[in-house]
Amino acid sequence: MEFKQDDMHAELRNMYHEFAENEVKPIAAEIDKNERFPEENVAKMAEMGLLGIPFPEKYGGTGMDNLSYAQCVEELSKVCASTGVIVSAHTSLCAMPIYLFGTEEQKKKYLVPLTSGEKLGAFGLTEPGAGTDAAGQRTVAVDQGDHWVLNGSKCFITNGGPAEIYVILAMTDKEKGNHGISAFIVEKSFPGFSVGKHEEKMGIRGSATSELIFEDCIVPKENLLGELNQGFKVAMVTLDGGRIGLAAQALGIAEGAIAETVKYVKERKQFGKTLAQFQNTQFELAQMQANTEAAKLLVYQAACAKDAHEPYTQLAAMAKLVAAQNASDVTRRCLQLFGGYGYTREYPIERMMRDAKITEIYEGTSEVQKMVISGAMLK
Amino acid sequence: MEAKTKDLWVFVETKEDGSARNVGLELLNPGRRLADGQGGRLAAVIIGNKADAAVKAAGEQGADQVILVEGEEYAHYTTDAYVNAMEHLITKYGPTTLLIGATSYGRDMGPRLSARLKSGLTADCTSLDLEAGTGNMAWTRPAFGGNLMATIICPDGRPQIGTVRPGVFKKQAPMESHAEVIREDYHVPAGKIRTRLLEVIHEAAEAVVDLEGADIIVSGGRGVGGPEGFGVVKELAEALGGVVGSSRAAVDAGWIPYAHQVGQTGKTVAPKLYIACGISGAIQHLAGMSGSDCIIAINKDEEAPIFEVANYGIVGNLHEILPLLTAEVKKLKA
Amino acid sequence: MNICVCIKQVPDTTEIKIDPVKHTLIREGVPSIVNTYDTYALENAARIKDAAPDTKIVVISMGPEQAKNALKECLAIAADKAYLITDRVFGGSDTLATSYILSEAIRYVETQEGKFDMIFCGKQAIDGDTAQVGPEIAEHLDYPQVTYALEAVIDGESLRVTQQGPEEKQVIGVEIPCVVTFTQPPFDVRYPTIRRKMAANKAQIPSVTSAELAGIDVARCGLKGSPTHVKSTFVPVHESKLVLVKEETVEDSAKKLIGLLSDAHVI
Repeated sequence: MEFKQDDMHAELRNMYHEFAENEVKPIAAEIDKNERFPEENVAKMAEMGLLGIPFPEKYGGTGMDNLSYAQCVEELSKVCASTGVIVSAHTSLCAMPIYLFGTEEQKKKYLVPLTSGEKLGAFGLTEPGAGTDAAGQRTVAVDQGDHWVLNGSKCFITNGGPAEIYVILAMTDKEKGNHGISAFIVEKSFPGFSVGKHEEKMGIRGSATSELIFEDCIVPKENLLGELNQGFKVAMVTLDGGRIGLAAQALGIAEGAIAETVKYVKERKQFGKTLAQFQNTQFELAQMQANTEAAKLLVYQAACAKDAHEPYTQLAAMAKLVAAQNASDVTRRCLQLFGGYGYTREYPIERMMRDAKITEIYEGTSEVQKMVISGAMLK
Repeated sequence: MEAKTKDLWVFVETKEDGSARNVGLELLNPGRRLADGQGGRLAAVIIGNKADAAVKAAGEQGADQVILVEGEEYAHYTTDAYVNAMEHLITKYGPTTLLIGATSYGRDMGPRLSARLKSGLTADCTSLDLEAGTGNMAWTRPAFGGNLMATIICPDGRPQIGTVRPGVFKKQAPMESHAEVIREDYHVPAGKIRTRLLEVIHEAAEAVVDLEGADIIVSGGRGVGGPEGFGVVKELAEALGGVVGSSRAAVDAGWIPYAHQVGQTGKTVAPKLYIACGISGAIQHLAGMSGSDCIIAINKDEEAPIFEVANYGIVGNLHEILPLLTAEVKKLKA
Repeated sequence: MNICVCIKQVPDTTEIKIDPVKHTLIREGVPSIVNTYDTYALENAARIKDAAPDTKIVVISMGPEQAKNALKECLAIAADKAYLITDRVFGGSDTLATSYILSEAIRYVETQEGKFDMIFCGKQAIDGDTAQVGPEIAEHLDYPQVTYALEAVIDGESLRVTQQGPEEKQVIGVEIPCVVTFTQPPFDVRYPTIRRKMAANKAQIPSVTSAELAGIDVARCGLKGSPTHVKSTFVPVHESKLVLVKEETVEDSAKKLIGLLSDAHVI
């Protein structure tokens, strides 16, 4: 496995960084406080091409790769994990399955507006009774000859509400369990589709997390994504890729927290010395930096493997497991170095700690990542 | 070109009502010293329309000569009219040095004139001297955002031209005028003036809070005591021509909108003058303003950390002190 | 419309630090950026292009080979073409010599790109802060100029420029061709897009030397063509020691403080 990071990656990272610092960081605390979806920045990201990074120009993408995409999510998440997950869910969970499994017509109709950022995307798998266990799906799709009818609901859907294009998993053959699931492309405007309850969350509060409701929702025949009853495969491949995005998010959160902490410990004085002059501070920073750098290599390695069309399922699971655990660990330790100020909303560190927790939970909990990793080991 | 005289000229810019802008009058002060050092006369050059008030003021600041060009085409500044007139005067009289106030018009005219005369210009000077031995002007100016000062000379090109920041020098007390007034009849035909003033935009002063662009910020914190407490802060800011800032505490208390907040979670500012009133100086506030050129702290608590970063401080009640400062500023500016 | 934007690569002066012992500028590690005011000029050109998509934006810069990075940044933001003006004989130029070379370069680039309707510059460079090059280019080209522009829009055969006047904003009408120098506008400079960035990275930027500038008088270039010379430089020492003003009465303290500020030219 080799890293193929060239000048272009560095240049684009600078560009992501500038944007994150100038546009995302200034509103990060506010969107967290008000649970506000940052529409204005999503529009700016669309303009810049950040919503179509790892897709070919033919489909409106930039022609860059998954490594640069991961670095974009990382840079955004350094200052605002909500913005990071908006890009990640859109790119990995909606645009990517349409790119990988869609027909030429589907790509023209749905991928192009997604990559250009004209429309935002989301992915609906989780249900109240089916998260990690995909076969527990209760949403059903019934073939009505010239169209499908969907009934059921999805919950905890990132970008649910602002998104206009959804990739939705539903049972098409209950008897077959995982092999009876199919994927569909659903537009927000389809009759019978509605957005339900908006979740109030501990972290990533600027991102929308909503319930999706299907009541005799009519979906055109040609909107079946991939083959009939192959939805489980669509979901698994999608989640594999999604883990790279979320691992990058977790990595960014840790890096952002360390950067804030380094700045703070140089300013803050106790007992006549800056915090930075205490060995406890130095050792804590050193350990966190080393762990974070290790997580970074795993994340980039998984992205590069995907770019090289090599197997990356296990790499992505390891990257997400390690980066997510590290994000929670690092933000907690950074907050401790901040002391009382860190516990207040005057500083971003408590937000980062709240944001970090979700990375151990969504798109496969850390326990699921361990199942994936050990599954490959013990096969 | 060659200098025909050892004279030093000061361009005294006029306002539309024919009075002089302060900076031109200020420059007659060092102009006297430098002209004497060069062994020439000190002349004020005035271009305008009905500029009697400026002529009188220049005489009262000690100019030996006032060279005046009047005409309707000079009522509003235009590059073409002013540069053509200045070129005519300089070609005719040949001064050795020309000082121009670094106003927006001065900085428009200066470089254009220097390119036409193929002479050297040093912009935005903050100190003026004569080089020992040669008698050339030694122009000192800031560069690299004020991190570095450079002294520039112009050994051959004449006149040697410099623009000087307003407020660097002080006007003198008016004296009896002995100035010889020379009226130059020079007009620039309308066809040669390639720009037109189409509109003047009058803006509501309160509409915008430009903290980052402000040269002077007067900020209030918890110590102002309430929304009405910002009145004295606002008055001082207005008197100084500055804008009102605040600490997070005052914003969170709802005394003033967030747009005014300076600090880690607000704007980062580095004005020429920052006056912190009733602000204790928590790290998060200092992070947003410690780069200011000059910091003044006014606080009841002598131990407040704001004093550690301040250049000047007064310990006391801001509600008592600020109105006094406002009154002093008004006196100064009158 | 055919617009030429003159830009300069400068050290990011907000990142410059002073060596506390040697009292010199620490330049190592200071990033090079496109002069901030020049990006305002570029953004205004881009806005003209937004309104009239057949507009062409050509950026030029005088500087060493590495200034091509700054030109690429401009290509990534909005420019269509870029030229680097570079030659040893141009080194050491003051503003008058620089503006002369740039005006000759503009004449040359026009032979490649067609005649420019307008030349846009930043008000000043953040390293030199002279604000001279723009008006001096205008003089060499014998074009009208508008300085301190906030925004310029096409108005038939002329340009309507909103200008920051000495007290208030004002609108100036100016004939085309002209030179406009820009200060900070009320809008943001757009970000590059990924696609433009990738294209800019691959762009070949021609270097224009004194050999291409057929009519140039090298005696007017570089150190020897510069009427002004830097005699010396020094780092200003910032006294940050607190002066506590504590007169007998509060009135006296207030008077003293304002006096101190006035003497120090702070107000």
